[in-house]
Amino acid sequence: MIGNRSNEFVRKAGPICVSLLVFYLFLFWAETGWDAYKVRILNLSAIYIGITLGLNLCNGFTGQFSLGIAGFMAVGAYTTALLTMSPATKSAVFFIDPLIWPLNSIQWGFLPALLMAALVSGFVGLLIGAPAIRFRDDYLGITTLGFAEIIRVIFTNTRTITNGALGLKGIPPHTNLYWSWSFALICVFVMIRLTNSSYGRALRAIRDDEIAAEAMGVNLFYHKCLSFVISAMMAGVGGGLLGSLITTIDPNMFRFPLTFTVLMMAVLGGLGSITGSVIAATLVTVAMEVLRVLEEPRVILGIFLPGIPGMRMVVFSVALMLVILFYPKGFMGDRELGLKSIRAFAARFRRTFLHKQV
Amino acid sequence: MTLEIFLQNVANGITLGSLYALLAIGYTMVYGILRLINFAHGEIFMISTYFAFYGIGIFTLPWQISFIMAIVLTALLGVVIERASYRPLRDAPRISALISAIGVSFLIANLGLVIFGGRPKTFYRPPLFQIPIQLGTIRVVALFFIIPILTLLLLVILNYIVYRTKIGLAMRAAQWDFDVAKLMGVDVDRAISVTFALGSALAAIGGIMWGLRFVEINPNMGLFPGLKCFIAAVFGGIGNIDGAVLGGFLLGFGEIMLVAFLPGLAGYRDAFAFVLLILTLLLRPTGLLGEKQRVRT
Repeated sequence: MIGNRSNEFVRKAGPICVSLLVFYLFLFWAETGWDAYKVRILNLSAIYIGITLGLNLCNGFTGQFSLGIAGFMAVGAYTTALLTMSPATKSAVFFIDPLIWPLNSIQWGFLPALLMAALVSGFVGLLIGAPAIRFRDDYLGITTLGFAEIIRVIFTNTRTITNGALGLKGIPPHTNLYWSWSFALICVFVMIRLTNSSYGRALRAIRDDEIAAEAMGVNLFYHKCLSFVISAMMAGVGGGLLGSLITTIDPNMFRFPLTFTVLMMAVLGGLGSITGSVIAATLVTVAMEVLRVLEEPRVILGIFLPGIPGMRMVVFSVALMLVILFYPKGFMGDRELGLKSIRAFAARFRRTFLHKQV
Repeated sequence: MTLEIFLQNVANGITLGSLYALLAIGYTMVYGILRLINFAHGEIFMISTYFAFYGIGIFTLPWQISFIMAIVLTALLGVVIERASYRPLRDAPRISALISAIGVSFLIANLGLVIFGGRPKTFYRPPLFQIPIQLGTIRVVALFFIIPILTLLLLVILNYIVYRTKIGLAMRAAQWDFDVAKLMGVDVDRAISVTFALGSALAAIGGIMWGLRFVEINPNMGLFPGLKCFIAAVFGGIGNIDGAVLGGFLLGFGEIMLVAFLPGLAGYRDAFAFVLLILTLLLRPTGLLGEKQRVRT
């Protein structure tokens, strides 16, 4: 019996372990061999995958339209930055108002700092989620947006903790491909396990019909808060990694456009699809860089085209509008791209096309 | 605080409150009918200032004509936005419409950035609005009187349209019950278009007054005044025009007075509106003048 079970475990976990190994070998190759620009794009993709999954958990799977992601990212980014910076750097950065006591003398490792960021942003998520979660749809959206804005305003004004509008500089650049992609993979893993559990079914029940879910005995408040807090934690860790990647943060980074970017990724990929979020986050991050050509002056066929600053966001806004108007489910809808769906697609493809030819 | 400074703050508060009120009306009317936060309303407001700016600056129109053109064009823009991005999603889940609204808002803001450039522009101020008026010990320019009086005048006109005309009746019917209004033969689409036109025209008037008051205009100025005015509409009671005016007025007045009396909190000024929103929703979700909300299924 035990042999059977361990066989099954090997059969299931084997391919996953092998593909993980291959993937990390790829990351090793990229980290050592690729140029810094490409590595940075890969890092950003991974971070955005994690954050988008967090937003999708709340907005897509649970149907709670939250617009507060940027606020949680700010909390995570500041927590990580303040915990990992060395006391010497801190005293140099906080040259107007010195940092308050316990923070100015400690320096943690990156992992404990990220875990702390998850805890703190999760706690802030709970503080915000508990009162906000009773609102629905657009009211929840604007309330969470308001909370994110309040977080930003507080960070701008508490100069002895966050250095105010000057922001933090010289954050240790701990983030590399292993950190960022491990974060992305953990987020994917959490999402898969969560959505396939009784919790996930409860969350989807809430999305589809709150009243029916409640009648079936789903504790609305508990489950909504759960998804909100996990979403906030993912955003917090993502923010921490982002801060450590670009080594400088200030409160104005975490305004509504950041939430908009993440929301766009989730919507393009399909609200309620894990693979959709992964694909869309990667595509949008890469497209952000590719479309830079629009903003640079260049000569095509002897014609000088001046660069148009801001054109990238126009393209993305149009893309979002087109998707929401004509293809509201996004790339994936609430389906998943996996071995099963690829096999089903192949079978359908064979039936429809190859059959006719025979 | 001396009396002069206090009175100056009162004047500032009344002006800002009136501007917020003009914008809040648009939010409340659209939310009343469509149950949708018209995120693009702030951008409509932003665009209107540029219409007026370019009317004077490039087409060298007299300011009167330029302002009227700006109001008409903005009203048209509001109608077009509704047609293109809200009407196709009327039967879709509410979140889709909301995402569409956010998308339009970003599209217009970024288009503004591309077309107008990110550098702030200086709004032309006709001398009529700059006539100094001596009131006892303080001196203010005529604009400080024109803005609140114009706001009240527009409120009266709007109330006339909504409560005394046929299209106003259609708008109220659609707000009361969308489907029943349709069954009764009300042209709901037309009522909605008129709602957007009226709301956008008021936003344009607010925008022009904003330009006259604060002089500097830039493509990013739409989002936050817009959100604040939505909050004002919620505070006053969403769906209620008088409530929106009252809410906008109190919000603007409160913001100025907060900074005037508690200068230590000046940095938190932008958070004031959001705190107000959260308190309103928690303590009195129907707002100051709102009736009980009927849940529409």
